Amino acid sequence: MMGIQIDIEKCTGCETCVPVCPFGLIDIIDDKARIKVEGCNLCGACKDACAYEAIEIEQVLEQAPASDEYRGVWVFAEQRHGEIKGVAYELLSKGRELADTLKTELCAVCIGHNIKDVAGMGAYGADKIYLIDDPALAIQIEDPYVTELARLIREYKPEIVLAGATPFGRSFFPRVAARLHTGLTADCTGLDIDTEKRLLLQTRPTFGGNIMATIICLVKRPQMATVRPRTFKRSSSDTNHKAQIIKVDFNKESVTSKTRLLDFVADISEKVKLEDADIIVSGGRGLGKLENFQLIRDLAAALGAAVGSSRPPVDEGWISYPHQVGQTGKTVCPKLYFAIGISGAVQHLAGMQTADCIIAVNDDPDAPIFQVATYGIVGDLFKIVPMLTERLKKG
Amino acid sequence: MNIVVCLKQVPGTTEVKIDPKTNTLIRQGIKNIVNPFDTYALEEGVRLKERLGGKVTALSMGPTQAIEMLRDAISVGADDAVLLSDAAFAGSDTWATAYTLGKAVEKIKTCDLVICGRQTIDGDTGQVGPELAEMLDVPFISYVSKVEEIANGILRVRRMVEDGYETIEATPPAVITVVKEINTPRLPSLRGMTKAKSAQIPTWTAQDIGIEKDRAGLAGSATQVVKVFFPQREHHAEMLKGDPETQVNALVEKLREAKLV
Repeated sequence: MMGIQIDIEKCTGCETCVPVCPFGLIDIIDDKARIKVEGCNLCGACKDACAYEAIEIEQVLEQAPASDEYRGVWVFAEQRHGEIKGVAYELLSKGRELADTLKTELCAVCIGHNIKDVAGMGAYGADKIYLIDDPALAIQIEDPYVTELARLIREYKPEIVLAGATPFGRSFFPRVAARLHTGLTADCTGLDIDTEKRLLLQTRPTFGGNIMATIICLVKRPQMATVRPRTFKRSSSDTNHKAQIIKVDFNKESVTSKTRLLDFVADISEKVKLEDADIIVSGGRGLGKLENFQLIRDLAAALGAAVGSSRPPVDEGWISYPHQVGQTGKTVCPKLYFAIGISGAVQHLAGMQTADCIIAVNDDPDAPIFQVATYGIVGDLFKIVPMLTERLKKG
Repeated sequence: MNIVVCLKQVPGTTEVKIDPKTNTLIRQGIKNIVNPFDTYALEEGVRLKERLGGKVTALSMGPTQAIEMLRDAISVGADDAVLLSDAAFAGSDTWATAYTLGKAVEKIKTCDLVICGRQTIDGDTGQVGPELAEMLDVPFISYVSKVEEIANGILRVRRMVEDGYETIEATPPAVITVVKEINTPRLPSLRGMTKAKSAQIPTWTAQDIGIEKDRAGLAGSATQVVKVFFPQREHHAEMLKGDPETQVNALVEKLREAKLV
């Protein structure tokens, strides 16, 4: 029997496993642990917690090994309106490391029309660039991307394919994976190689960022993953490294789009470009009320910074959703990040902890934000923030 | 208009805390809730049904306790509900989940539209909706913020993209995922609650929906979890001490030294 089992002989009914189940599926009945397996994802948290080795998980069936026809690391280089997105360069930088470990090639795939600076991806490590350029791809509708990327993957058989976890990537990439009958891991924050088994180790936050899970795709190929923008750092460019550009014809006949784009309306009111800001000043629940958020805006103005927020102010309506940083908001990686009145729930930390320098101001010395901050100030933000704003204005 | 809405029961995670001593999750007092994004999917399904007639079926996969969530779905306007529950489903990744849901949608037969929330708050992948569309081989539209029309064999929606919105048309049946901007979910009505109390909610097993054992659960999953761990944070900030003025002065000095301001 595959799956999870409790050895009734070994189980002492100690209840240690009960609170660690992220899904609350364990009960103690007649002094023995019972698991409602229907909702279990075999994460193993209970097994790790059990001191009596009473929980057994059979993780893997005897399965045929993955085909070794598949070689190479691919990055889907997303573009919008002809501009290649920053996340493509971040993924190439990470992809280069993975390809070097696997001693294989790194390729970018670019689909669209009149895309700027395609060759420039060579400087970030791409050995080859597969380019499908066609006027019919000038509008960014998902169906042809699904069909064409799946076709290229079937033809060239890469072992790993990465894409940015952008709105577009998160929408079309799962369809590519489903069509290829392979697995996909969303929003990875860590990618490593198990060199012995030649497996991609995909680590991602789950359960609202409270738990990290490492996921593998054992047999199916390619191994596919998405990564949020700003998760990995872009390497410095090496203009001596050149990529070979391979032009692939757009297979119009095979693409019968199931959806039709009738109209696109650009939202010009959206001016929050948090992802691109060098400095971000974020406010949290500690501000207490709508009016007090002005303190954050004033400090941001003095610094020429963008305004961010943790989730509670957005929920309270003090500031709009595009400003939210964290698991369900944006992931940012500025040079300087101010967390003001933010306690530092894991969901928030997931969105900002890779910033170069983090300043935390909070009245609770035990707030988790101080564990990721570079400099911490314990004190009354209503005194400290205006004082800091004044100091910075004076220059 | 026959609509299937996919719902998932998830732990209410926003208040979850980690016990700093044992580094384990404090689960006490956490209730299971319907995935918040799915409530918008359900509301949209019910609104479309009220406008165009037809039926809304709430569909979920999970342990038997998810029946209560499905009862709540009936209290806010779903006509029927079905729970997919079987030990064989344990360990399902998004691909196996989409396959299982797809088999159930096929069993429900007449379905013009499947509505899902954009993602769950526990897994956060947002992959089941698009993968389900592929399983059913039907059109897929994500991030829908308005269903403008569904009539005469045409579905026209407005969907949010990062720098604006698009109007997209497709021929149903189709799968859409919705964002919270689409509507405001209603509260249960007294009539709905009465109906929910007595509703018969069938549980379908792998066999009921014709799933071979090697396509369900862990065996049918392409990915598997090999390790879970709690994020470790050893580092601690350099604390700037003193009265507020001293603290602010020290900070400004640090920032200038690092040429950050």
